Amino acid sequence: MTYRNDPYDPKQVALLDQSALDGAIAEAGTAFDGAADLDALVALKPAHLGDKSPISLARREIGALPPAAKSDAGKRVNIARQAVQAAYDARQAVLEVERAARVLAEERVDVTLPWDRRPRGARHPLTTLMERIGDLFVGMGYEIAEGPEVELEWANFDALNIRADHPSRGLMDTFYVDTPGQVLRTHTSPVQARTMLHRKPPIYVVCPGRTYRTDELDATHTPVFHQVEGLVVDEGITMAHLKGTLDHFAKAMFGEGAKTRWRPHYFPFTEPSAEFDVWFPEHRDGPRWVEWGGCGMVNPRVLTACGIDPERYSGFAFGMGIERTLMFRHGISDMREMVEGDVRFTTAYGMAV
Amino acid sequence: MRIGVSWLREHVDLPDGITGVDVEQALVSLGIEVDSVVDQAATVTGSLVVGRVLTIEELTGFKKPIRHCTVDVGGAAPQEIVCGARNFVVGDDVVVILPGGELPGGFTIGARKTYGRMSAGMICSAEELGLPGGHDGIIVLADAPAPGTDARPLVGLDDIILELEITPDRGYAMSVRGLARDLSLALKVPFRDAGLVSAPSGTVDVPWSVTVDDQKGCDRFAARLVRGIDPSAPSPDFIQRRLAVAGVRSIGLAVDITNYVMLELGQPMHAFDADRLDGPLLVRRALPGEKITTLDGVVRSLDAEDMVICSGEAPGTPISLAAVMGGETSEVQPGTTNVLFEAAHWDAVMVGRTARRHKLFSEAAKRWERGVDPALPLVAIDRAVGLLLTHGGGTASEEILDLDYRAAAPLIELDATLPARRIGVDYSREQVISLLQQVGCGVVASTSSDVLTVTPPSWRSDLIDPADLVEEVVRLDGYDVVPSLLPVAPAGNGLTASQSRRRSVARALAEAGYVEVLDYPFMSPSVFDAFGMPSSDNRRSAVRLANPLSEEEPLLRSTLLPPLFTTLRRNIGRGTRDLALYEIGAVFHPRPGTGRPPVMGVDERPSDDDLFAADATLPKQPWHVAVVLAGEISPAGWWGEGRQATWADAIEAARTVLSAAGVPSSSVAVGAGDEAPWHPGRCAAIEVDGTIVGFAGELHPAAISALDLPRRTCAMELNLTALPPAPVVQARSISTYPAALIDVALVVPAEVPAASVESALAGAAGPLLEAVRLFDVYESEALGADKKSLAFKLTFRAPDRTLTVEEAVAARDAAVAAAASEFGATLRGA
Repeated sequence: MTYRNDPYDPKQVALLDQSALDGAIAEAGTAFDGAADLDALVALKPAHLGDKSPISLARREIGALPPAAKSDAGKRVNIARQAVQAAYDARQAVLEVERAARVLAEERVDVTLPWDRRPRGARHPLTTLMERIGDLFVGMGYEIAEGPEVELEWANFDALNIRADHPSRGLMDTFYVDTPGQVLRTHTSPVQARTMLHRKPPIYVVCPGRTYRTDELDATHTPVFHQVEGLVVDEGITMAHLKGTLDHFAKAMFGEGAKTRWRPHYFPFTEPSAEFDVWFPEHRDGPRWVEWGGCGMVNPRVLTACGIDPERYSGFAFGMGIERTLMFRHGISDMREMVEGDVRFTTAYGMAV
Repeated sequence: MRIGVSWLREHVDLPDGITGVDVEQALVSLGIEVDSVVDQAATVTGSLVVGRVLTIEELTGFKKPIRHCTVDVGGAAPQEIVCGARNFVVGDDVVVILPGGELPGGFTIGARKTYGRMSAGMICSAEELGLPGGHDGIIVLADAPAPGTDARPLVGLDDIILELEITPDRGYAMSVRGLARDLSLALKVPFRDAGLVSAPSGTVDVPWSVTVDDQKGCDRFAARLVRGIDPSAPSPDFIQRRLAVAGVRSIGLAVDITNYVMLELGQPMHAFDADRLDGPLLVRRALPGEKITTLDGVVRSLDAEDMVICSGEAPGTPISLAAVMGGETSEVQPGTTNVLFEAAHWDAVMVGRTARRHKLFSEAAKRWERGVDPALPLVAIDRAVGLLLTHGGGTASEEILDLDYRAAAPLIELDATLPARRIGVDYSREQVISLLQQVGCGVVASTSSDVLTVTPPSWRSDLIDPADLVEEVVRLDGYDVVPSLLPVAPAGNGLTASQSRRRSVARALAEAGYVEVLDYPFMSPSVFDAFGMPSSDNRRSAVRLANPLSEEEPLLRSTLLPPLFTTLRRNIGRGTRDLALYEIGAVFHPRPGTGRPPVMGVDERPSDDDLFAADATLPKQPWHVAVVLAGEISPAGWWGEGRQATWADAIEAARTVLSAAGVPSSSVAVGAGDEAPWHPGRCAAIEVDGTIVGFAGELHPAAISALDLPRRTCAMELNLTALPPAPVVQARSISTYPAALIDVALVVPAEVPAASVESALAGAAGPLLEAVRLFDVYESEALGADKKSLAFKLTFRAPDRTLTVEEAVAARDAAVAAAASEFGATLRGA
């Protein structure tokens, strides 16, 4: 089919002419590619995609065409318009990427600047070490027992088989309260006595806490210090159980290579008694044995005083100084650093040991 | 105690070539703590030889007298030595260290010119050689071998000195005899027991009349007289040296012998000058008001429990504080020729009390307290008499006194299976018997049961219970054979609520920037006034120590703040100015009017009533938490200015604590407070469920000045124990409908607390109110004096629908109306 013979306006013909459309596409493409930024691109939009753009003007002429020609012209105009729009979109995408990159570059900061506007706090390593030990034993089914720091002389001494007239009582340089029968506890052992007085076996407890002796503060002594003691009272408990518990404890605190050894010693509240050393592979000055604490089988006299039948039950107890443990574990050479409250000491440990 | 290995060697066959470390290990393995081991031969290096002084030339013209000597040291030519000491003469044998040698302390000897003369080597004093008890005079040797001979053995520099710590249960080990016994057990070498040698027994006729009045305090008393000794006879070198090693001062032959026998056998003794005794001796308790002047020259008022030895007509005059220290009037003196040796056995408890009462911890008292072998007196007397006769001459009395009131030693019944059951090592019955016998026990085994009847040896007064025998078994067999077995605990309950809460609070404060400190809980009574506490303040009632470390700080803290302030000042003194510290710890409040706790025994569990009554005498010891803030809480930086810590930070710390403790914010109220040492206008009382649990804010300027704290120091203290248990939080429904936000600015009188206005708004806004938040406080002249504007953001939301504007406005109006009626609040701009 042909419409050549149909009468029509030559100008209209020119606008809808395919070459004119192609020219408009090409011209738009060149213009868009020449836009340096998104603003320039937007400014070009009316000329090539607006109502007065060549393609829009061409679309207006379609109505004047004979019906047979309208469809073909409409298709071609749409294709041309889509081509121009695509050129626009493509350029816009390129320019957006460029702008995003530029914005990121402009927003660059010096990330090495400090931001310590709210200084960090810290927990005292003696507390966190006691908690760590407590957690270890809680994980084994033990419970944490506590007692008063101003303690009955009876609980601190008598109940533990430290008789009033025995020299061992004199060995503990005791702070006496001016109320008769009261002392600042010299060890956490009275907590063991209190536990046995008020609970029935099986008893598996650890007793961390603050203790007192009348030593002047120096590099190796402090009048206020901390201990953790453990106590187990059950049927059939032997010294082998004590050994196994200490070995496990040592490994948990000082690594797989740690182990313990005993030296016979005397404590009124245990019989047999021993002092124990721990083999500490990570010691700052090389692997070595370090004196760690005291231990033994609970003296049957203590069980009796606390109302536990020594014929049926036996038990073990152990204890160590927290300051001492912290010192050798962390290479602290002076006791004073731990007790003076200097924030420079404490902050080094952060929230845990 | 300090003892030389050479002395031990006389009693136990130590292997040849045994080192100090070997001896140490052997002793440690049996429970004797070794503080130090010094091989004396190694303390002086180079040539230390006998020298004979040939000539002495006194040099003059120097500030002090100086001698130029020639000394024969065994070489071809005499050695020239310049010396400043003067206690030697030509012909004396002295100890010379030759050039190249080194004295203790790293003092190297050379040949040099001094005082215009040549000096090659040094003539030594005991002090320079580092000998125990040495003084600064030149050692002049008696009966010395030829010049040039090694002088070390002559002055005791060939010994290994052990310094030992003896635990309170092992009296027997405070002697050469006991240590040698343990070494023989540890090293499995022969031992000769100097305590079990035969000695002449007591005679019917006595050398001196003695009556023991109190046979519980003194269950044995032996004595023998030696007449006509040479009062000028010196103690032999070996006695002097061994006493010096032990740290016992040499007094004179007779007294030195008593000390020597004490060190050797463990039996404390006394030597009386028989001519200074006024007739028969009486051993009794002291009488009321009685006094004695002891050997140290101190006049002591005696207690009715002290035991004394008296002379003269009954009751006699005390001449010796029994078992602890002799008296001045009866002591052996330089001219003494007739000596009465006494060796007794005293009650350990009595001696311990006497020693503590008079603060006389003599070598004798230390042994008595730990237990002395009651079988020793005659052996000790015989040993002392023998030594005195050998070195001082004289004649021993034929008569020997032995008053023996000892009770039979108690037997211990031991189940032969007990050691295995307690230790976890499969000890056989034979093994148990053998090990106990090695310790010195007599063991009779029942043929029909597991029971062993054990007689502890006389020197082991510490062996009383079966458990003591169990320890002997494992001690001898070795602790290293005990196997390692982990017991299985029953299921536990984890941390208690209080323990969890303390941890949570500690962590929260540390995360909020506070540094934990652990202060000594001591304080001075002066803080009460420095804090500005009124006389009614219950913190003025504090627990007082009978023997504080410092008289300045005799009290236990009744508040955490005083020690915390001290730590703050210490940090500031060390250059840290911006500080946020916290402490969690006990404070102590005495319970007035409580007396002595009931007397409770140890043979059975005290009654619940007694235990309760006893605990009721103890101070209250609640856990507190406190913070102190000084300087900037947020430092200046490249971001701009820093921010000074203020009262508001302290109050926020309280909120942090309460939140971490699980106290719902709805239970917490902050109101104006008035408590020392806080600023009366900047003190918040922190309430939980209507009860004040603490205070927070800025400190009173007067307190800051009195306590020497930085300006504007802030603090907070809460009673953790007083907090109610954390409730189980009930879930709230979360509405997904949009919220309506309405701001209201209310003008109220300036003194109205913002928290009160807020709670009035919240109370009246109805159930649609989700949140209320104060976001601005504004004062201006335009508002008028004594007025302020509080701007709140109200958030309304319904659980089941989108609110209409009308609903939200109605709720707001209700809230504002409540504030208006309660506080006269008006809407700003309205």
